[in-house]
This record gives sequence, C-alpha cells and structure tokens, in this order.
Amino acid sequence: MFQYFLNKLSTTIPTFLGITLIAFAFIRVLPGDPIMLLGGERGVTPERYQELATQFGFDRPIYIQYKDFLLNILSGDFGQSFVTKQPVIDEFLARFPATVELSFAAMFLAILLGLPAGIVAAVKRGSWFDHTLMGLSLTGYSMPVFWLGLLLIILFSSILGWTPVSGRISLMYYFDIHTGFMTIDALISGQKGAFRSALSHLILPAITLGTIPMAVIARQTRSAMLEVLSEDYVRTARAKGLSTFRIIGLHAFRNALITVITVIGLQVGVLLAGAILTETIFAWPGIGKWMLDSIFRRDYQVVQGGLILISSIVIVVNLTIDLLYGLINPRIRQTRG
Amino acid sequence: MALLEIKNLTVEFSTAHGPFRAVDNIDLTVDAGELVAIVGESGSGKSVSMLALMGLLPWTAKVTADRMALDGKELTDMPQNQRRRVAGKDMAMIFQEPMTSLNPCFTIGFQMNEIMARHLSLTRHERDKRAVELLSMVGIPSPESRLRAFPHQLSGGMSQRVMIAMMISCNPRLLIADEPTTALDVTIQAQILELLASLQQDTGMALVLITHDMGVVAEVAQRVVVQYAGQQVEAREVIDLFDTPKHPYTQALLAALPERAKTQQLPSIPGVVPGQLDRPDGCLFNPRCQYTVEACKRIPPGIQNGVRCHTPLDAKGNPTDPNGLRQDMKVSS
Amino acid sequence: MSATTETPTTASASASKRAFDEFWHYFTESRGAVAGMIFMIFIILIALFAPYIAPHSPIETNSDFFRTPPAWQEGGTSQFLLGTDAVGRDILSRLIYGSRYSLLVGCIVICLSLTFGIFLGVTAGYFRGVYETILMRVMDVILSVPSLLMALVLVAILGPGLENAMIAIAVTYTPHFVRLSRAQVISEAKRDYVMASRIAGAGRIRLMAITILPNCMAPLIVQATLSFSTAILDAAALGFLGMGAQPPTPEWGTMLAEAREFITSAWWMVTFPGLAVLVTVLAINLMGDGLRDALDPKMKRS
Repeated sequence: MFQYFLNKLSTTIPTFLGITLIAFAFIRVLPGDPIMLLGGERGVTPERYQELATQFGFDRPIYIQYKDFLLNILSGDFGQSFVTKQPVIDEFLARFPATVELSFAAMFLAILLGLPAGIVAAVKRGSWFDHTLMGLSLTGYSMPVFWLGLLLIILFSSILGWTPVSGRISLMYYFDIHTGFMTIDALISGQKGAFRSALSHLILPAITLGTIPMAVIARQTRSAMLEVLSEDYVRTARAKGLSTFRIIGLHAFRNALITVITVIGLQVGVLLAGAILTETIFAWPGIGKWMLDSIFRRDYQVVQGGLILISSIVIVVNLTIDLLYGLINPRIRQTRG
Repeated sequence: MALLEIKNLTVEFSTAHGPFRAVDNIDLTVDAGELVAIVGESGSGKSVSMLALMGLLPWTAKVTADRMALDGKELTDMPQNQRRRVAGKDMAMIFQEPMTSLNPCFTIGFQMNEIMARHLSLTRHERDKRAVELLSMVGIPSPESRLRAFPHQLSGGMSQRVMIAMMISCNPRLLIADEPTTALDVTIQAQILELLASLQQDTGMALVLITHDMGVVAEVAQRVVVQYAGQQVEAREVIDLFDTPKHPYTQALLAALPERAKTQQLPSIPGVVPGQLDRPDGCLFNPRCQYTVEACKRIPPGIQNGVRCHTPLDAKGNPTDPNGLRQDMKVSS
Repeated sequence: MSATTETPTTASASASKRAFDEFWHYFTESRGAVAGMIFMIFIILIALFAPYIAPHSPIETNSDFFRTPPAWQEGGTSQFLLGTDAVGRDILSRLIYGSRYSLLVGCIVICLSLTFGIFLGVTAGYFRGVYETILMRVMDVILSVPSLLMALVLVAILGPGLENAMIAIAVTYTPHFVRLSRAQVISEAKRDYVMASRIAGAGRIRLMAITILPNCMAPLIVQATLSFSTAILDAAALGFLGMGAQPPTPEWGTMLAEAREFITSAWWMVTFPGLAVLVTVLAINLMGDGLRDALDPKMKRS
C-alpha cells in the first residue's frame, strides 16, 4: 500500500513540473514583449521597462529564469497582480473558499441524487425508471451549463422571484469571516436570516455546476452496478439468503464503489472548468471568475499563478482519489513493500 | 416423506429470439441424507434447475413448477422474504468458480460471519468460534489467521473449501454442489469430492452433486439423474444405471469413460447439445443417437419406466421396441 | 446439429459487408440512436442549405424590429418566427447559420485531435521506451489543467476567434486520443495475428498502419463521436465567454453572450440558441451511445 502510494506520488512530481513549465512559457510565448504585457495596458517608460526587466530577470539566461521562477513558486511566491498590486497567492486564497463552497455544494447534490439513482436504475434495469433516468442523464450530459444557469435565473429569479440573481449573500448581512464558507460563517454569526440568504444564493449555482457531474455519476454508477450485479459473488450473497438491501448496498455497491470513486475523482477537473462558467453567470466571487477576469484584464501574472494553483489542486485531488482507491480495494491495500 | 420434492419444474428465459426453455418439466426427489448426482453435458439445464430451486436466477428467467417443496414446505407460493431465508439456512449451494464466488472486498471471516448472523442466533464471539471450527473441518490449516485473509490471497482449492465451510455453517438439510471441482486442478478435485462426501456422511445432510463427469458419479453417488437439453432422460440407482443403462445417451456417456474404453481411441458422442435455435423435432437426442428410428424424428418420447426413449436399451445394451415402432427401425448391430 | 462449419469468406468485401450489416442491426436496435442519427442528418442538411432555408440574412439588422418576441407571443410577427435580437436580426436565421459553425467546430476539432492523438498514441504504444514515457507525462500535464481553463489560456495566447478556439479545444482533447490509441495498440500488439504478420516480414510502418490500427478503431470512433459533442459544447462556452467566435458571427454561444443582458426582458434571445446547442449535442450523444453498443463487443447484449 505504501509502495503503491509512493508510486502514485512519484508520477505527480513530473506532472507538477510540467505545469510550472507551461505557466513559465505562457508569459514568454504571448504575442508581444512580455515586459510590455506585464506592464499592463498603459505602457511603461523606458526606465520602468529596465526596472521590470531586472525585477523579473528577463535579461538573464532562460534556465536561470526558470530556476528562480520554480524556487519562488515552491516558497509560495506567485508574483503579484499588475492590476491590484496584491500578491497572487493572497488573491487566490481570498477567493478559493467561495469556489470550494460552490463545488462542495454541487458535488453534494450530484452524489446525493446521482449515486442512488444509478443504483436503482441498475437494480431495476429496463424499467421505466431506468429509461427515464438514462434519458435525463444523457440530457444533463449534453447540457450547455452556462445556458442552464441562465434558464434557472429566468425561471427562479425573474419569474418566480424565489432566489437572488447573483452574489453569495444579501448585502444587508455583514459578519466576520471565519471559514470562508458563507453558509457556515452565516450560521456562526447567528444573524437571523443570514444562513437562509447564503443558502438561497448558493442553490442555483450549485444546481448549475452539479448537473453534469450528476449525469455522469448516475450513468457510471449504473453501469458499474450492472457489471457487479452479474458477478458470481453476488450470486453467492443471494445463496446465503442475505437481505436484498445487504446484497445490493453492501456486497454489490462496495465493489462498484471502486469504479465510482474514480469517476467522482475525474469530475473535480470538470467542476473547476464548470466553475469558470457558473461563477461568471452568477457573479460568484470564486477563482473561476477571477481567472476569467484576469485573462480579460491581461493580468498575466495572475493567470500564470492561477494556472499553477488550480492545476495543483487537480493533481492533489487525483492523488487523494488514488489513495482512496487503494484503501477500498483490498488487492492494493494488502500488498506490502 | 422426501426431503426435496420437485414436480414439473420448467424454466424459460426470454431472449432476443423469443423464449428459450432451458429446463423442461423436470421431476426430482431427494431423501434426507441421500447423495444424488445430476449428470449431463454443458447446456443440459443441470445448473439452471438447481439455481431455480435456490431462487438465484436473474429476472429474465420464468420459473414454473407444480410442486417445489423442501421438508414439506412449499417454496413456489412462499413470500419472497420468507423464501430468501430458506436459502443459506435449509438449503445451500456451492458453485463452479470458487475464485470469483467470494466477494473480493471482504475478509473470509466477515463473509462467514454474516451468513451465521443472518440465520443463527449466536453471539459474535460464538460465530467467530464456529467459523474457526468449520474452517478446520474442511481442512484449512491455521484457520484463525485465515479469517482475516481476503479471497485473492487464497488458491482455488482453498476458496472452494471456504465456500463449503460457509455454506454448511447453518447446518443445511440440503447442499447443492454445482460442478464444484470443474475449475480446480485434477489433484485438488479428488480432495474436494472426498471432503464433500465425508461431510455429507458426518452431518447427514442431503447432497445434490451436479457434474458432467460420470467417473465422479460412480465414486460417490447413490442415485443418478441424467439430463439432456433441459429434459430428464434417465433417473435410477447408480449401480443399476452403470450396469444396464437404458437410454442411448446414458450408454454413450458411459462408453466415453476412459476406464470403459474398449479401443485405443476414446469414444465420443458426435455433435453438441442443441441450443435455442437448432432444436430438432421429436426426441431431442435423435440427431446424435445411433438407434434413431423414423418415429424418433417426429414424436417426442415420454418417460416410461424412468427412461425417456422410444427404444430403451435392454440388459445387453441393444434397443428394444415396447411401443411397436420397430417396423421402421434401422438395423443395428 | 448440422456439421457444416463456417468457411472463412474469401472475398473481403463480403466480410466487411457482413460486419457492417451486423453493426447496422445492433445500431438500429436502439431507438435513441436512430432518432439521434435522423436529427443529425436534419441538422447537416440545414447547415448545407442554410442560404436557401433561412428567411433572412443572419447579420442584417432591422431597426424597426428590436427585440421582437416570437411569432406566437403578443407583439410578435410572422415575419420573424423566433423573434429578433437586440439589433433586430432574425433569430431563426441566425440559428440556421449557426449550425454551420457548430458542425464545423466539431469536425475540425475531431480531425485535429484524432490525427495527432492517433499518431502520437500509436507511435508511443509501438516504440515504447523513453519516448512513450515523456509523451505520456506531457499528456498528464495537459489533462491536469481543467479543459476549459486550458482552452482559455491558449486562446489568450493565440488571440480570440473561432479558429483559435478550435485549435485550443483540439489541444485539450488530444491526450484522450493518445491514451486510448496507445492502450489499444499495446493490447493489440500482444495478439497472435500481429506476431504472425511480423514473422511474415511486415515492416514497422505497415505493421502499425495496416495491421494494428484498423483493429483499434472501434473505441476511437466512439470517443471521437462523444468528443464531437463536447467540442460543440466547449466552443459554445468559449463563444459565451467572448473568447470564441466574435460578433456578429451567428455562433450559438456568441449569441447567448449577446443575449445575456436581456435575460429578464427577452427570454427568447436566451432560450433558443441554448436549445439549439442542447438538441444538437443530445442527438450526437444518442448516436454515440448507439455506436458504442454496436461496436463494443463487451457491451453487446446476449
């Protein structure tokens, strides 16, 4: 198991280095002079130009530039935004909890609905439920999420007036930030109606972001369960006279979980990509919107830093999923070395 | 009263090409403590009929029977949840592929524990103790440590022993063994058979052994049922059947035993068991039978004196003609 | 039981005909797949004959008809069946022309990523060694960046526009094809027929391109179909974010971006372009599912 984990860990290091290489190259392959680009849209004086060139080391050999770049990143220095003059890492950390909260809510919805639906569809294969669910799942799969978000706004905000259109919480509430999760902070603050407000801001973005993962999880759970249900050990479990609940919920699902965990893990990248669209539509102040805004503002230091940080999250999540996979699969857990 | 009584059991599968009758009006009675063998080639419906009895067939299967009773209790009209409790407790079953029959995600101990927890009122400690006893009973060395092992750490023979220990843990009245040795090494096969036979002797449970190996039958069984293409063709005491087979198929199966071979080359039965789409008219065995007469190709034979044949064989192994079909019978030597 | 065994067909034409018949049988067994295919043919016809079908020019503005609702709603006119947008362009005509861009995006992205993906994957699977290791690590790197973010960054480098959006999307899809074709080649290369062909003296190129590749195609075709639909989705997303096709191009995602500010006042401007994307992608996915069931022997029902 330890060996397995070390193997997985060792493959992530080159991947991480590759990411930093891409990010490093990013600013240097942009059309135009990187220093002019970094200087922002107003341009720079010749003295400032020289100053910047020295500051970023553009006048030194490329491999030294990369070495410094890498060392800076490893010490947590991702440079600073040219627009706000804030360190990139600070900007990232200020926005990250919003994205995590949104992604958690979306994933919670996706798993809560997708997983049981997939199991039931597999057990009742060929039934109307199965057909309906697979149809819905394919539709969810084919859905342009940004359009779904807009439709939800039209329906729930414009027509029904149930939920607000954008933001994380109503402006009438103000409280200290402890966790960065608006719903939890609202609860801690104890203000009347604050939690409700935070939740009603969260629900539409979460549905929008959760739709595709939900569709994928439902589909993949169904096919994993179908495969497992035809295995010999499920027949053994039935021959033992166990209850249906135990056969499906324990013997079959435990094995299907090995596949499903991987599927869920793969959705994290999908979530982060979807967050760019969802956060833009709902003006959700997370890292997706931050990245997009930075691209538009040509704040390339932020794009560079954000690229590394976001990809590192994906790498870490994938590593965690691999670890979980090893933990629930006895064939891997039992090996020593 | 017989322990197991099955009358007119029929199993049909709905397939893309219409219904397929895998088991066709089978009767079977097994007395308490008896060892009955069901023999036949692959595709003869041996396993399907027993899976139907256990209630283990997938939902595509349609099972009908006039009577299917264990220990006098009718199973066909029993509520689903009650019937499920019979499986594992009163009757149990072991399968052909021991390596895939155990759940790879759980330890041996867990899997043995849960069947006892379901059917017996023992404490956790008592269950663990019984699991150890059972494992040593089926010949597994250092049973305590095996309880914590996962199935992928066991060999095929070991897995089958664990399956046996697990399935007899609730003292079933009837154990069904579905080709329990087919997937194992030849040296292990004999050990597992011996184990099953001695367990059957010691515990007094009835054992239904499904096999395609006539040699196995001769060694352990008391009574034999021969099945062909979903139908019973002959059902008799094992000694009688081996001495004087009445059905041409039984005769052919016996002739194919290596120890009975009279020539250098091992005799075999030409052709294969008919599938769903190539069922012949009349007797299902007629295309492969060496005694086929004209009537065999038109009229499906019924069971007479325990044999489903128009021309049952006499004590010398020659075809007879009880129904007066001989005028168009081929001359056979 | 008849004793005749099937003799191998001598004419390869009849063999491939039979394979196709079998494929067609399984494919048409699924009603969804057939419905998806019919709808796809419908969209392709619309795209081909857009100038003849569209009632108006897709870019011509009409100052008398700003944000006219669809014909059936109050204030609508039969002149503009699905209404007009903020500058008085006919939405139906723009949707009809938009189908051209979506199909084009799908085709080009698939061509690019499939070609590069197969080339890299097959060579990696065949030559193995350091080349394979480095290549697969590079693919890991691309895969660990969320696809839309990767595409956005690439478009930021290349500059906004439909062509660059297509290139960017193709880059993010290539790793999937590389992985798939590599895995296929590795598993196929172990088969006996490859060994036989090698013993017979087939050269490396021939072995790769003619012997192994055709046997790896089924999963690649399925993946290509599914990627076709996601390419349309991603191109629309880039258009929606202002990084894809630029106005006044009647691309569906771009249309949605322009409609965003009228979300509360003119629902039709938002609804129809998105619906067009959804239905097209759904049709392709239905087809893709049918293809997978028909091509993948593991998934075949007994």
